[in-house]
Amino acid sequence: MSSKAVRTGAHFMSGDEACAEGGMAAGCSFFAGYPITPATEVAERMSIRLPQVGGVYIQMEDEIASMAAIIGASCAGAKAMTSTSGPGFSLMMENIGLAAMLEVPCVVVNIQRGGPSTGLPTLVGQQDVMQCRWGSHGDYEVIALSPDSPQEAFELTIEAFNLSEKYRTPVVLLSDEVVGHMTEKVIIPDSKKIKTVSRKLPKKKPENFIPYAHEEDDVPPMAIAGEGYHVHATGLTHDELGYPAINADAQERLVQRLIRKIRNHVEEIIRTEDAFLDDAEIILVSYGCSARAAREVVETARADGMKIGMIRLITVWPFCERKISELAALERVKKFVVCEINAGQIAYEVERCAGGKAETILAGFMGGRIFTPEELYRVVREAAE
Amino acid sequence: MKIRFIDAEAPPASRIFENLAAGHGDHPLDRYLKKGRIPHIWCSGCGNGILLAAFVKAMEKGNFDTKKTVVVSGIGCIGRAAGYLDLDTYHTTHGRAIPFATGLKLANPKLNVVVISGDGDLFAIGGNHFIHAARRNVDITVICSNNFNYGMTGGQGGPTTPLESKTTTTPYGCSEHPFNLVYLAKASGAVYVARWTALHTHELRDSIIHSVNKPGFCFVEAITPCPTAHGRRNKLGDGLSMMKSYRDNSVLTTELDPEETAIGLKGKIAVGEFVDIDKPTFMDMYDECAICRANAPKKSKKS
Ligand SMILES: Cc1ncc(C[n+]2csc(CCOP(=O)(O)OP(=O)(O)O)c2C)c(N)n1
Ligand code: SF4
Repeated sequence: MSSKAVRTGAHFMSGDEACAEGGMAAGCSFFAGYPITPATEVAERMSIRLPQVGGVYIQMEDEIASMAAIIGASCAGAKAMTSTSGPGFSLMMENIGLAAMLEVPCVVVNIQRGGPSTGLPTLVGQQDVMQCRWGSHGDYEVIALSPDSPQEAFELTIEAFNLSEKYRTPVVLLSDEVVGHMTEKVIIPDSKKIKTVSRKLPKKKPENFIPYAHEEDDVPPMAIAGEGYHVHATGLTHDELGYPAINADAQERLVQRLIRKIRNHVEEIIRTEDAFLDDAEIILVSYGCSARAAREVVETARADGMKIGMIRLITVWPFCERKISELAALERVKKFVVCEINAGQIAYEVERCAGGKAETILAGFMGGRIFTPEELYRVVREAAE
Repeated sequence: MKIRFIDAEAPPASRIFENLAAGHGDHPLDRYLKKGRIPHIWCSGCGNGILLAAFVKAMEKGNFDTKKTVVVSGIGCIGRAAGYLDLDTYHTTHGRAIPFATGLKLANPKLNVVVISGDGDLFAIGGNHFIHAARRNVDITVICSNNFNYGMTGGQGGPTTPLESKTTTTPYGCSEHPFNLVYLAKASGAVYVARWTALHTHELRDSIIHSVNKPGFCFVEAITPCPTAHGRRNKLGDGLSMMKSYRDNSVLTTELDPEETAIGLKGKIAVGEFVDIDKPTFMDMYDECAICRANAPKKSKKS
């Protein structure tokens, strides 16, 4: 069934538009953002779509405000989202940490362009991967998903909402200009077939409710503003009641739990697309638009008789540590070639997890366009020699 | 990597609930405060407690629906106010209370959303958010505790520090022109603007009630003594002397053009209600312009 929120059917749309439709299908009812290439189309589509379902679209005065507004909206019970690119992502960092600390579900879309600074507003980069992981100060875990097509932009935006609601944490849809601006067929399924997740709500009465009590899965139920729970949420280190507690004990209990609630569930969260890992000696690692070129290289190299395999990170963060170290430990696996449009970000993770048992080679590209399969193939062939 | 966090020998979590209710309820207005949160962090003689009391009295007299009233603060001494109130309260990031409050209000228009924060928080780092929320006429109330400096970080100069005023970062006297908040709020589009000092507790209370009940962006400035930092460095005496100077220097006026209401280091302080107008809120206009049109039945081409 098609509904106002879910536009069931086959469409021809850009990755950015698909991302907005994914948000709608996930139940997003609040969007705050600020125009920036190449992410503007997400906001534009939301400005058309949200009023149709009685939701709120607001263009804020900057990305700091946008991030603050979606956290506020989520505290009032809405599924909320923003979209941006590099410069705006930098501005969002402090409040992404606030969302992590207050444990407020929300989705941040970053359609990456080339940097640093204003860089390449209209052209691709994948240079915000480490910023996405470590950009806000302090210790926290993030979840980031990276689509390689408009279809996947649709699907992963829904997944981003589901994970953020499940783990009460900000989730980043780490896309890029190529995927954001390419137009392809996008199939939106029947609304009944779309799985959506909503945050746990308190079952206890307000007088017995402890807002940050340690639950089994480390994710406490979230009290929504206006329901009578009278919760206090603060970005200061807080105790289980949510009251400020500026001491080492409270810090330990809180921060360890924040870390644990993601780390203990990495196996459920992490998704990759694997090909030919059964006999591969060289493994290409990529994500987002880079994976499109990598896939072609794998096909060509296989046809040329090369024992090559491929891992595409669908979940960029948390990183698939176990998979890389297990593969690296195999005698036959000689090299990982990490292709990404930056001067080396995920390559460091791969090298770390390979632990010296297999060599890591960065096929890095500075951005402005996607490298061609031929260009990447040259690096792969060199690696094979 | 093998990870082994060093576990501090932490007391059990249950310890934090011990004695939470001790003393709570001794004062009739305690019912508006969260259990276990008093004593507050403020210095003796600080005006923030008076402002908090004015807010609590507004809750009582104005019969605020405590289920639907939400308070958001930024960071600073007064930023701690949110955490004392027995409401849904959010202590956010420095300067960002207003956009956070905007999200809360727009996602659930039934909430009464109040921002309580400092002059540095709202008008330096958060200044842009203030003018834009006022321009949009988001239906929230913003209460500013203006103590003319950054109390929390030890008394630095800020956007309201009067010319010639001494702070830790203006040791020779402030050479920057300050904002006149009343004038700024009016020019930005606020539908209600009032200024009182910590001495005007009844007026503050009534302005807060009026603001919370009035649709649109309302602004209440409370001049508060910060004897520890601003008062001491400018030889303004203790909290009580500063309150006495408010008594001697406040001029109640509704006649003055907001432009004429700037505050100096010493001298007169114009207090009163300076703006009280009606205009459609952000949500009124959004409903009319976006929601209604997006859902209007499509006109057929023939007719
Ligand atoms: C981004 C950021 N910058 C700086 C600070 C440090 N800081 C904390 S409170 C504060 C000033 C608060 O002053 P004001 O808003 O006037 O409130 P008061 O403490 O006087 O009540 C500053 C600069 C911070 N917390 N965050
Ligand atoms: S430093 Fe100033 S503003 Fe802060 S609590 Fe003390 S007196 Fe109040």
